[in-house]
Amino acid sequence: MIPISLIQSTAETLMDKAAIEIPQDYLDGLQHAAKTEDGDLSSFVLKAMLENYEAAKEDRRAMCGDTGVPRWFVKLGNEAQVEGGMVALEAALRRATANATNGVPLRPNRVHPLWRTDHDNNVGIGAPEIEYGFEPEGAWIDLITVHKGGLFGTDYRMLFPSDGIQGIKRFYLDSLMAFGKRGLACQPAIIGIGLGGSKDICMTLGKRASTLRVVGSRNSDPKIAEMEDEFKELGNSIGMGAMGFVGKNMVIDCNIEVGYCHTGGMPMSVHAFCLSSRRAVARIHADGRVEHRTDPDWFTSYQRRETVDWEPVREAAQ
Amino acid sequence: MRIREIRLSTTPTDEAIAELRLGDIVYLDGLMYTAREGVYMRALEDKANIPMELPSQSAANFHCSPAARINPDGSFDMGAVTATASFRFAKWLPEWMAKTGAKLIVGKGGMTSKDYKEYFVPNGAVYLSTVGYGTGALLGRGVEKVEAVHWNEELGLAQAMWVIKCNKMGPFIVASDMQGNCLFERENAKIAENVARVYEGTKPAVLKRYGESDDRTDEVI
Repeated sequence: MIPISLIQSTAETLMDKAAIEIPQDYLDGLQHAAKTEDGDLSSFVLKAMLENYEAAKEDRRAMCGDTGVPRWFVKLGNEAQVEGGMVALEAALRRATANATNGVPLRPNRVHPLWRTDHDNNVGIGAPEIEYGFEPEGAWIDLITVHKGGLFGTDYRMLFPSDGIQGIKRFYLDSLMAFGKRGLACQPAIIGIGLGGSKDICMTLGKRASTLRVVGSRNSDPKIAEMEDEFKELGNSIGMGAMGFVGKNMVIDCNIEVGYCHTGGMPMSVHAFCLSSRRAVARIHADGRVEHRTDPDWFTSYQRRETVDWEPVREAAQ
Repeated sequence: MRIREIRLSTTPTDEAIAELRLGDIVYLDGLMYTAREGVYMRALEDKANIPMELPSQSAANFHCSPAARINPDGSFDMGAVTATASFRFAKWLPEWMAKTGAKLIVGKGGMTSKDYKEYFVPNGAVYLSTVGYGTGALLGRGVEKVEAVHWNEELGLAQAMWVIKCNKMGPFIVASDMQGNCLFERENAKIAENVARVYEGTKPAVLKRYGESDDRTDEVI
């Protein structure tokens, strides 16, 4: 049984880490970009960003003033048990979000869409989002917080099989062009592409592709992995860099996730996880051990399963 | 190109503004206030009295909501500060400038050269863009202190009017000049030369959308 107090205290630590510490995989990606960048203005921007991450860690202050919209992904091993059940867990995550908003401090970004009511704590109707996943084995619980920023860089379109790969490329480029100008997407970014699913799941897949996979990871389908490489290069060949200035670094990495869709369609979404690619992860074990990491490791083979039943022994033998 | 670095007062002289060139890096000293849609609507549409002497106290309007809190004892803690996209505020800016004498509009992404020519240049104002846009921690270091926060009860912390004392706060990039030129449009034009090549082989979507432009050198703002 995992104590609820441990869930809340771990969640508060995660809120703090996500807001302040840039994940190492993104940092490595950006350092590499800074070395290759030859646009004078975009070079200056990347150097300033690298200094900014240092300043955030030194001062323990949020790396960006727009601290995004905090949200939670919770993954449970099949045997995990939480003290007080899932209602208690949701209350703990909401409380941690509110406490950290005042504590770090974070910007109280969450308002009612019509009345603009702001509780000054990032909590409200449907906020923070809490989404769940499960894994076949284990008594642990993974808490993942993502503080995705930005109102730009995300788009959806219903494509069709006849649009093909060239249609996918075009919509990808359209999204980068539209939101890359003036740097509205706060690039260079981790671009996530969702292909398939129904409309809402298509958005979810793309968002998770950008936020729940690390720089350098590749889809387990080798042909999709090739597309990821190709799309990264394509995005970086536009000639646009940070802030929309002339440059060669727009895409730190491109992650693609797919889901089965309606036979007549090929829905597609594009998401940009920005220069403040904020995510933090902790695994809480049944014995109370807490392990922190920055890789959500969300897309396991169980999450990408295609079969009716999950038979791990047979899968392993293949 | 060598990048010039300049320190500028938040109540700058006309001469100091005239010397700025597109792409210069600026660090600010003096008082700066945040004002975005909440403040604009309250001051311009609801005609509430602006709780500062403008522009004598500050001629610098920051499109920003800080990551900050008001402590129980009334003191302030400001962590990171970064800007929000400015193009959305074009509706209010001409009247705001006329009313407050703002000379420095500080934000994200700049405005169009049309905005600059129509009301920035006649008001002797320029646009400074934040860098990145995520240099929130660096900008936070440039906040010497929070002087005051106004209208937080009416507008919430994010939309409130924060008055901050800047000490070499930056970096910011000069994104417009006294001729009404726009740094971002200059960069767009250079990138546009390559667009046709990047799109080569791709094809328009089978299902069209209303109002779709097929000119990728256009902007969507």
